[in-house]
Amino acid sequence: MQTLPQTLRKHWLWIIVNLGAITPLLLLIWNFYTDNLSADPVAYVTTKTGQAAIMILGLSLACTPINTVFGFRQVLTVRKSLGLYAFLYAALHLLTFVGLDYGFSLKYILADALLEKPYIIVGLAAFLILVPLAITSTKGWMKRLGRNWKRLHQLVYGAGVLAVLHYVWLVKLDLLWPIIYGSILALLLLLRVPRVRKWAASFQKKAPSKAPNVSQRKSKPMIA
Amino acid sequence: MIKIRSSEITPEHIYLNRRAFMVGAGSVAAGALALAACGGPSAAPANTTPAPTPDLATLPAALANAEPFASTDKDELGDPLNSYQDITNYNNYYEFTTDKEGVNPLSQGFNTRPWQVEVTGLVNNPKTYDIDDLIKQFNQEERIYRLRCVEAWSMVIPWVGMTIADLLKDVEPKSEAKFVKFTSVMRPEEMPGQERQILNWPYVEGLRIDEAMNPLAIFATGMYGKPLVAANGAPFRLIVPWKYGFKGIKGIVKIELVDTMPVSTWMDAGPSEYGFYANVNPQVDHQRWSQASERRVGEIGRRDTLMFNGYGEEVAQLYAGMDLRENY
Repeated sequence: MQTLPQTLRKHWLWIIVNLGAITPLLLLIWNFYTDNLSADPVAYVTTKTGQAAIMILGLSLACTPINTVFGFRQVLTVRKSLGLYAFLYAALHLLTFVGLDYGFSLKYILADALLEKPYIIVGLAAFLILVPLAITSTKGWMKRLGRNWKRLHQLVYGAGVLAVLHYVWLVKLDLLWPIIYGSILALLLLLRVPRVRKWAASFQKKAPSKAPNVSQRKSKPMIA
Repeated sequence: MIKIRSSEITPEHIYLNRRAFMVGAGSVAAGALALAACGGPSAAPANTTPAPTPDLATLPAALANAEPFASTDKDELGDPLNSYQDITNYNNYYEFTTDKEGVNPLSQGFNTRPWQVEVTGLVNNPKTYDIDDLIKQFNQEERIYRLRCVEAWSMVIPWVGMTIADLLKDVEPKSEAKFVKFTSVMRPEEMPGQERQILNWPYVEGLRIDEAMNPLAIFATGMYGKPLVAANGAPFRLIVPWKYGFKGIKGIVKIELVDTMPVSTWMDAGPSEYGFYANVNPQVDHQRWSQASERRVGEIGRRDTLMFNGYGEEVAQLYAGMDLRENY
C-alpha cells in the first residue's frame, strides 16, 4: 500500500499532464455555463479546441526529444495520453466546425468549405491521420501490429506538419504564433533525425544523471 | 528554420497580457512549452465601456443617450441587432491588437479628445474640423447597417453618423478630385499594435468619389445612440456597408481628395487578397476562403452572403459595366 506522498512522487507527471490536458475542456464548459464564450461563441470554441489540439499534439511530439536530450524517461509514460488528448481536442474542433459553424449543412460544408478552403482540407487530413493512431493506441493493437505499429505511428509527424500548415494558412495576417508553432515543430522533428539525435544524446551522457545511457537503449523500441 | 524578424517580437505589455491569459486559461503543463493562444479572450475584464468624453448635454440628440438606444430592434431584412456588449467587445482593430476581444480592454486609455480632422487635397475649402464642432455642424442620424467582415462573420449594428457627402459639400472638391483618401491616427504610445509592423501604419483607406457621395456611405460618430467607444473607432470612422469591414477605417484624422487611386493598407499588405473595391460579393472568393456564406455573430450555423451585403439596389449602379472579378 502506497502512501499519498509516495503516489504523488511516483505519478506527479501523469497527474500534471492529465489535469493540464483536461483543463481547456473544463474551461470551455465553465465558460459555457457562465456565459463567457465571447460575442462569437462558435469562433471561440473553434479557436480554443484548435489551439488545445495543436498545443497538446506538440507536447506529445516533445516527449521523445525530451528523453533524448535530458534522459528524462518518465516523460515517455505520458506520451500516449498526450496523443489521445490531442485527438480528443481535434475531434471536438472538427465537430464544432461541422456542427456549430456549418450547422451540419452539407451544402455549405461542401461548396463553401471543403472545396474552397485549402486550410480546411489540410486540417481534415491531419485529423484523418490521427484517427487510426488513436484506434491503435492500445496495448492489444501494439502487439498485433508488431513492428508496423511504430511505422504507423510515425504518421503523427505528418499530422503535426499538416496541423501547423492548417494554422499558417487560415491566419489572416499575424503569422507570429503559427511561426512559433512551426519552429518548435521543426526543432522536435529535427531531434529525431538519427545523426542529430545521437549528437543531442551525447550531451546527456556527459552530464551527471541518475540513469545515464539506460534511457537511450531501453526506450528505443518505444520511440515513435 | 524560420527566422522571426525583430519587428515581430511581441512588445512587453502584450506579452504580459498573454501571460495573464495563459494563467487564466490554465495552459497545459504550464511552462513546459510556452505556447499561448492568440485570438483568444484577454484576461482583462472586457465588459466595461468607458464613459464618453463629452458630456451629454452638449451632444446632438442622436448621440445623447445615457444608455444604449436604438429606434428598432431589427434591420430592414428582419434580423435582430447585435447587442451593445457584442459590438463593443468583438473588434478587428489591429492598431491595438489582433485579438478581437483584446481591443476593448487595450483601448480604455485611448484619448479621443481633443481631436481634429483635416480635410485637404483637391478641394476649394480645405479645413480642419474639431470633432466636437463637426458633430454639431453636420446632421447626425441613426443608420442600421449589416457589417460583413472579410473573415466571413457579420453583425447588425445601429450606427449614428453623418453622410460623407455632407462633409464633401462643405469643402467643395475640385473637378480633378477622383478619389477620397482616409488616414488613421498614428499614436503608438496609446496603440500598442502599432509597435508591430504587421501592417504599414498608419492605416489608409480610400473610396472613389462617387462611392463616397453615395447616401449610404457615412462617417460614424456613435453607436446605439451613444458616442463611439475607442474599440469601435472613436471618435470618427468610416462605414461603407456594401463593402467588407476593413474598408471602414477607424480613428480618422485626415481626409484627402486626390486624383489617383490610393493604395489602401490591406492592398499594400496582400494585393492578391485585398483589392481597392472590396465590395461584398458571394461570387468572388478571397484567395484562401469562400465568401459565399457567413455566420452572424451569436448565431449557430451559416447564412448566404448577399450581393453588396444586401445593398445592391442602392449601390449596384456604381459598378455598372465593371468586371467585379477583376475589380475585387
